[in-house]
Amino acid sequence: MSGFLAVLVVVLIFIVIFQIAKASEYVSILKGEKKARQQNNRINGFLLIAFLVLGLIGVYYCNELLKGKILGEAASEQGDSIDNMIMWTLVITGIVFVITQILLFWFAFKYQEKEGQAAFYFPHNNKLEVIWTVIPAIALTILVAIGLRHWFAITSEAPKDAMVVEITGKQFNWLIRYPGKDGQLGSKFFKNINDATNPVGQDWDDNLNKDDFMATEMHLVVGKPVKLIIGSRDVVHDVGLSHFRLKMDAVPGIPTTLWFTPKFTTTQMKDKTGNPDFVYEISCDQMCGAGHYSMKANIVVETQQEFDAWVAKQKSQYALAHEAEGSGKPAQPVAPAEPSKDSTQKAVAAL
Amino acid sequence: MSNEATLHSHHEVTHGAAAHDHGNGHDEHHHEDSFISKYVFSMDHKMIAKQFLITGIIWAIVGAGFSVLFRLQLAFPDSTFPFLESILGHWAKGGRITPEAYYALVTMHGTILVFFVLTAGLSGTFSNLLIPLQVGARDMASPFMNMLSYWFFFLASIVMTCSLFVQTGPASGGWTSYPPLSALGDASIGSKIGMDLWLTSMALFVVSQLLGGLNYISTILNMRTKGMSMTKLPLTIWAFFFTAILGVLSFPVLLSGFILLLFDRHAGTSFYLSELFVAGKALSNEGGSAILYQHLFWFLGHPEVYIIILPAMGMVSEVLAINSRKPIFGYLAMIGSLFAIAILAFLVWAHHMFVTGLNPFLGAFFVLLTLLIAVPSAIKVFNWLTTIWKGSIRFTPGALFSIGFVSTFISGGLTGIWLGNSSIDIHLHDTYFVIAHFHIVMGVSAFFGMFAGIYHWFPKLYGRYLNGTLGYIHFWITLVGAYCIFWPMHYEGMAGMPRRYYDYSNWESFKQFAELNKFISIVVFIVFATQLLFVFNFFYSIFKGRKLTTTNPWDATTLEWTTPIHPGHGNWPGEIPEVHRWAYDYSKDGKDFIPQTVPLGPDETAH
Repeated sequence: MSGFLAVLVVVLIFIVIFQIAKASEYVSILKGEKKARQQNNRINGFLLIAFLVLGLIGVYYCNELLKGKILGEAASEQGDSIDNMIMWTLVITGIVFVITQILLFWFAFKYQEKEGQAAFYFPHNNKLEVIWTVIPAIALTILVAIGLRHWFAITSEAPKDAMVVEITGKQFNWLIRYPGKDGQLGSKFFKNINDATNPVGQDWDDNLNKDDFMATEMHLVVGKPVKLIIGSRDVVHDVGLSHFRLKMDAVPGIPTTLWFTPKFTTTQMKDKTGNPDFVYEISCDQMCGAGHYSMKANIVVETQQEFDAWVAKQKSQYALAHEAEGSGKPAQPVAPAEPSKDSTQKAVAAL
Repeated sequence: MSNEATLHSHHEVTHGAAAHDHGNGHDEHHHEDSFISKYVFSMDHKMIAKQFLITGIIWAIVGAGFSVLFRLQLAFPDSTFPFLESILGHWAKGGRITPEAYYALVTMHGTILVFFVLTAGLSGTFSNLLIPLQVGARDMASPFMNMLSYWFFFLASIVMTCSLFVQTGPASGGWTSYPPLSALGDASIGSKIGMDLWLTSMALFVVSQLLGGLNYISTILNMRTKGMSMTKLPLTIWAFFFTAILGVLSFPVLLSGFILLLFDRHAGTSFYLSELFVAGKALSNEGGSAILYQHLFWFLGHPEVYIIILPAMGMVSEVLAINSRKPIFGYLAMIGSLFAIAILAFLVWAHHMFVTGLNPFLGAFFVLLTLLIAVPSAIKVFNWLTTIWKGSIRFTPGALFSIGFVSTFISGGLTGIWLGNSSIDIHLHDTYFVIAHFHIVMGVSAFFGMFAGIYHWFPKLYGRYLNGTLGYIHFWITLVGAYCIFWPMHYEGMAGMPRRYYDYSNWESFKQFAELNKFISIVVFIVFATQLLFVFNFFYSIFKGRKLTTTNPWDATTLEWTTPIHPGHGNWPGEIPEVHRWAYDYSKDGKDFIPQTVPLGPDETAH
């Protein structure tokens, strides 16, 4: 019933607007084309300048309203350089935005058709055109130069002492593998994959695999560079790290890498944001199917001590898998990082 | 037969001077057209333009309607709307859109608006209408191919419509349809038969684009009337010319990408597939590259955004000059910047792929070339500003939409400088910032260009005006609404909020935008209703609009306004007029305007 009423109201509004529009057209015919045009010009000229003023106020107001919601300070050293790049770009494009929008609407308002004021025949002017070719070219060269400096720093080889973590996307979870004590990840092959005992397809004949362990959360050490080895089991995913200002695609068959240095522990971030529920989240940023929106894993950034304590408690996937075989019981499934409170998870799981 | 008449006039035009001897040749051979040959299988470029336009409008309502449905989900993720179940059935069980349906809606929204509305509906309509009329030709180089172009588009539309109704639903892997998601039915329900129909439809669409594009290029190069040198062409024609070249060179690459995808889907090949474990079993495919598809896709995909925006730029240049009563400023620079954009369009595709693991060194070149595009774009903006400077502007609805176009093109273009820089893109890629950027610059801007064109050339299409008051209401609500919808999305993107999420409420990092999403959706509903008002105005005015009393309602210089109010097939009843000057002699030597057909005065210099 309420839906019907809503439609009725919309239709009525349509009819009223239409009748007004029709009437105003008759009036303009009666007045004569020129007079009607002058009147339309005055109204729209006023609206253009009003739009400019209110629009700029709106831009300011929108910024006041939303700037507190955009995650605050970057949580990685690489993120700082990205924020710096954004700042430079914002300043340059912001100046251009304000100037050009003011000129556009101001000119439109000022040079509306008026009695006795003819347009100025001004087909071209080489000097002006050279000026506004060269100035943008210089501004953009600066932006490219700063941008590429950051880009090459971000995409450079990870430092030698960086810890290594492997993250593999699957519909709709992240599988996280640590290299264990030897610091080296064992080899894997997709045909070895077994969801119960071997989710990433480790090769058990490779000794490097014996101490590799899987985790449901990614634990990182504050101030210590980490190199992510990123892959996918099925479709293209993307490791989105919005607090660290980074992301990298997870492509089946083609491993990618990304390294960064976390600046704040999770506890520090809880204080900084004033949010006791604060958590670093890995979002999937590349459309990967019906559960794309729920493909989440958490990151815990902690001190070296806390990290070592956590590692000591982990059991290698090799041990878990062979325990299961040995005892004949199904292995404790490697619980992927399920979004715990997701009410829609069932719908996805039902796929 | 109209065919014979067309061929005859074709002969006349290609032989320039001969046309003038024959004079009325076309009319002498004219026979009454049947309903079928006049309205359905018409070879008259003006009728084909109307067919493209009306098909485009229908698709626009469907495509925008889909966005209304998924914005409903984004605004009220926890609410149920029983009416949704009555229109979507099991796709909205209990009145809440399912994730599968949500992704199908998002995918079809993108596909429909990018290809069917802003490519076919925009350049299909206006290239067809304006190229013969403004270069002074009786019809396209091949009217038959032109007719086929529309009917291939129509077939593509039929196949795409069918895909909406199949049991497993339409394609739902995003308008880009990246494999392996789009290759494997087991990975996504939308990648079953719906994906095959999508690919079939798109293949037919590519054929339509090639038939149309080849025709546009050959008409512009070969069929200009006497005196119409390339540098006397209005900027609309230059824009359509570069658009057609972009399409002809890049659509085949897209088709090749689709064919390989079809092979991967049905012939057991591994072009894009490697080392996959899907639905509990390992697939046999090894050695393919999912990234290859992205290269092939974006080799069209990037020029595609210029295929969408160049016609809008051309029409806006024309409408602004006419309504400012001033020549377009820097005519040659405008052509030069169109040319530069067209060339660069082919050299920047990998800026969509900065985070795919692309070699960073290679990425650097794409950063440089991408930001280079800002230079010709800046030239165009400054030239439009100078065009209205010291003008005598008439705020027709067309002129207002042109001003709106410049405003949104600036706003959306500037954020392109953010995203084109890989060190910012690595944070903002695939977030709402990207949505805000491309909707403003190629969605809203292109639509504003299209609306400017429709309001401006409606009198030529139907011999009547669109209702002006409805036009003003349409413009103001759309401009304000578009900014209210897309401006705040930049902030969501700055927070890293990913695109294509069905629900954000479980995300600690993104759920703070719930209220904002509600606001955006409500504005979407209002703006959508306003577009329906425009559609009503359009169809009402075809039959009941105020009639034209003059052949040249906007006091314009170009050739289309020298034809009768209701031009027949062949456009000019007599011989085709000869052209003596460029298209922008407004307010020159104290005269309000001098049509292109007027010879230069004894001591007058050409521009």
